[in-house]
Amino acid sequence: MAAEGFDAWLAMGGYAAYVWPAYGLALVALVGLLLWSILGTRALERRAAKLRRTREEEQ
Amino acid sequence: MTSDADMPELRAQRPVSLANPTRFFRVANRLLPWLGAATAVLFAVGLYLSLIASPPDYQQSETVRIAYVHVPAAWMALFVYVLMAVASAVGLIWRHQLALMAARAAAPAGLVFTALCLATGSLWGAPMWGTWWEWDARMTSVLVLLFFYLGYVALIDAFDDPARGQLSASILCLVGAVNVPIVKFSVDWFHTLHQGATVFRLDGPTMHASMLAPMLVMAAAFTLLFFVVLLWRMRGLRARARIAAAAATAAAEGA
Amino acid sequence: MLKPALALFRRDLLLAWRQRGGAVPVLGAFVLMVVLFPLALGPDPALLARIAPGIIWVAALLATTITLDHIFASDHADGTLDLLVESPAPLAMHALAKAAAHWLVSGLPMVLLSPLLALMLNLPGHVYGTLMAGLLLGTPTLTLIGTVGGALILGARRGGLLLVLLVVPLYVPVLIFGAGAADAALNGLDAAPGLMFLGALLLVGLALCPLGAAAALRAALT
Repeated sequence: MAAEGFDAWLAMGGYAAYVWPAYGLALVALVGLLLWSILGTRALERRAAKLRRTREEEQ
Repeated sequence: MTSDADMPELRAQRPVSLANPTRFFRVANRLLPWLGAATAVLFAVGLYLSLIASPPDYQQSETVRIAYVHVPAAWMALFVYVLMAVASAVGLIWRHQLALMAARAAAPAGLVFTALCLATGSLWGAPMWGTWWEWDARMTSVLVLLFFYLGYVALIDAFDDPARGQLSASILCLVGAVNVPIVKFSVDWFHTLHQGATVFRLDGPTMHASMLAPMLVMAAAFTLLFFVVLLWRMRGLRARARIAAAAATAAAEGA
Repeated sequence: MLKPALALFRRDLLLAWRQRGGAVPVLGAFVLMVVLFPLALGPDPALLARIAPGIIWVAALLATTITLDHIFASDHADGTLDLLVESPAPLAMHALAKAAAHWLVSGLPMVLLSPLLALMLNLPGHVYGTLMAGLLLGTPTLTLIGTVGGALILGARRGGLLLVLLVVPLYVPVLIFGAGAADAALNGLDAAPGLMFLGALLLVGLALCPLGAAAALRAALT
């Protein structure tokens, strides 16, 4: 893409101030949701595994 | 009644296909990498189509691109609520823990989609209608939907006994499901009564294929992302139930 | 089947009268909320007349909500609820009886007091009938929906606050049709559709809310 075309694309026909924040918000919301779900689950699973190990050691 | 806590172990022997939690999670774990990859591909294609390959609308010019995230978010906001209502009904009637778990795991995703729908709608409304917020029938209904999600999420965690929260929130979800169409109807009525200064329609008369393609691809991407999130969160809930069960046995042994 | 529910109804009325000062607290809250608006917006009679139906409806809705977080709480605490679940009459009938008693000491007094508030807000005389008819049809629905909410939050942390969050979104249609009917009358339009929708909501509420409340009470007692 030519530099001029790229600038025009970024400008979004003068609506850059609305289009880009919409996509930015979507990115933050969806990636945030995904990371929150994965990392939260991983943390819980680690805790569950640790609890199981300590129980097995006790027995 | 069995609580969340002893669910996976107790029901492990049931010979029912995917309704069996152990089997469900085995299949889910095998599916997750593929689902994740498909989601990434769909988002890549969808973003290319919606930001680069599709033409600006003749009326709304470049702002029409906001629709490619706004409309899928709106679809998901409704779809997730319907899914939660069906799962809650199944969970309440047959006391099926996996269904209750699915409803619970879906709620935060639905909340995010609904909030995203409102935020992007506002960003679209500002240049097109000249206002960040309009008490239009659809926006008002989605706002009420947001509060249904908030109520569900708040209620489910408000009790010391997780099973109790699960039951109460499921009943709330069904009450809300009866109410959502009534809210929609009343808000439509409200809108015709208070005919606003701006009369507009979101959707043009017909949608051209060059705009339909990015919309559908993005909708598919949103849907797959939702299922990835759903499966991860269900795994998280299972781990949480196991932690609670371990804590309960430890307490019982200590006493 | 009716007898135990009637007994519960009588008992609740008696309790409301003797222990909780009857309708006085809820009426106080209702009037106070209405009084706040002229103080905040200024005393312009034309403005107040324009927004009077909305103010009175919102105040009635909020006053109902804040009284509902205790509709089952004392019965839950002293074990009455456990007995009600065991009783041969259906739990939904008991929920209906409690809703009826609650409405008689909160909703009905607000309906009766509304003309006085309308007068203070300079509402034109021809709207009074619609406003009161709407409140008469709408406040029982508010109470019925609130019974489900009150049962759902039994034993919850910060239950009162939670109840507002759960119940107010469910109140949206009642508010729209109720305030809408009075607004239509104020503007010389036909108020009948709004009132009919309120009646329809009341019938749906009468049929479904006791069942929902019974399910929620069972969930609270397991």
